[in-house]
Amino acid sequence: MTPLLQPETVFDPEVLRAQFPILSRQVNGQPLIYLDNAASAQKPECVIEAVANTYRHSYANVHRGLHTLANEATEAFEAARTKIAAFLGSPSRDHIVLTKGASEAINLVASSFGAGLKAGDEIILSQMEHHSNIVPWHFLRERQGVVIRWAPVDDTGALDLEGFKALLNEKTKLVAITHMSNVLGTVTPAKTLVELAHQAGAAILLDGSQAAVHMPVNVSDLGCDFYVFTGHKLYGPNGTGALYAAGDWLARLQPYQGGGEMIAEVYEDRVIYAEGPHKFEAGTPMIADIIGLGAAIDWLNTQDRMAMFEYERALMDRTLAMMSEIKGLRLIGTAQDKGAIISFAIDGAHPHDLAQLMDKYGVAVRAGHHCAHPLMQRFGITGTVRASFAPYNTLSDGEGFVAALNKALSFLI
Amino acid sequence: MSTSIDQLNSDIQDLIEEFDFLGDWEERYRYLIDLGKDLAPLADHEKNEASKVHGCTSQVWLVYTLHDGVLNVRGDSDAHIVKGLVALLIRLYDQRPIEAARAVDAQSVLNAIGLAEHLSPQRSNGLASMVARLKAAVAA
Repeated sequence: MTPLLQPETVFDPEVLRAQFPILSRQVNGQPLIYLDNAASAQKPECVIEAVANTYRHSYANVHRGLHTLANEATEAFEAARTKIAAFLGSPSRDHIVLTKGASEAINLVASSFGAGLKAGDEIILSQMEHHSNIVPWHFLRERQGVVIRWAPVDDTGALDLEGFKALLNEKTKLVAITHMSNVLGTVTPAKTLVELAHQAGAAILLDGSQAAVHMPVNVSDLGCDFYVFTGHKLYGPNGTGALYAAGDWLARLQPYQGGGEMIAEVYEDRVIYAEGPHKFEAGTPMIADIIGLGAAIDWLNTQDRMAMFEYERALMDRTLAMMSEIKGLRLIGTAQDKGAIISFAIDGAHPHDLAQLMDKYGVAVRAGHHCAHPLMQRFGITGTVRASFAPYNTLSDGEGFVAALNKALSFLI
Repeated sequence: MSTSIDQLNSDIQDLIEEFDFLGDWEERYRYLIDLGKDLAPLADHEKNEASKVHGCTSQVWLVYTLHDGVLNVRGDSDAHIVKGLVALLIRLYDQRPIEAARAVDAQSVLNAIGLAEHLSPQRSNGLASMVARLKAAVAA
């Protein structure tokens, strides 16, 4: 594992918190306790400023421009690609396709890689995937007869590695699996999965939507074929994300969408596509937002990220300890290796009721299926309440969350 | 004005007075949830695809019949707050002659009892779906 950049600052949650303007607001007359970070993280002032400053000072359409603003915008936009490449440990920026999120990145792979699949070819997913890493593969099942196999999740929410191994065979063409579950917090043994997939002759895509936020990621070290993440969970603007594609995958895959920017030459009877990532970036991209994502990565690089990761997990553990007295509590996701997400169900209390009542006390949590129907089916539940932590959350947020939960329960039970 | 409309207006007035008597949002929510808890549950076989109301974030079922021009409504939900809303709709619609059922303005009643403002957009959509279904049941 390559070490993270040397932090410029000592991690202090209060100092970090002060950089996020939204966290000082009130909700329903109460101080906001934001614990919906796995759905989307809040943005530090420097990211908000980077987006606003692009529009204020350096905005024009990118690429091929012959004027100053176009050049400035292109430089800042392409600099973000370089920052993303370094952030993921990619050997170069030419492996990074900029997308509007993880969903688009997965759809791109499903479309372009999937074009080479035929009926009977197999794709392995896990039971803990987000719908964004399920539905694009269902397209291939519906349209091309590709077979989806499901790697099981055990009762703790960990991936059943033996069950996964049993699915691999000569028909397996791709493994598409999360690096960290958005519901359970489970961290999957990604490097082992990559080795196993490759031994079976299959390619592997890792969904890093959560992992990129909560742990160091190095795609070169992992050895995966594809890695996707989304910017809005990484303290960046929404409408941003990236696909990392290893080796010569980008040269081998056919384009995803057609339009401007992704071509070299266009004739009445043929098209010559652009090379590298640009081949997959049709149309005007999310210029200011990608520049904002670059700013978010700059910002993360100045932080002591290892301290941030340890802190969020400790905060989760402290909060879990405070929840231990709650009657009928069922934690969903208790795997050994787990990021800072608490998902739970409580006998007699519907998750929607709990979330709606907790909101009255200023606490933002998510309730429902979390875009993971197969996982809900696996655990025999219709939904959970999910509290997901960020390094700007404090122990007082954890205390406020548990207090609001207990008050909400008093309405229902 | 007909007797059934008079009865509807009088029932709405009673409902508004019940809620006026309550204080802050906590008391209103507790009362709403209690209304739901007092509701007779639907039998399992009544909770089917036909009775399920879509557009709700939680599961909601409405069963209604028209007998001799009178609407009969029952309902259920797996979430307490929504079940309370179902109970409110039953207060407004159940056992009403068609003429009165058509005159119900559920949204304005919820506004008057200080609950509409507390409903999240998704919940409101669910309520809107429930109301739309009842309106369709008694449409001309």
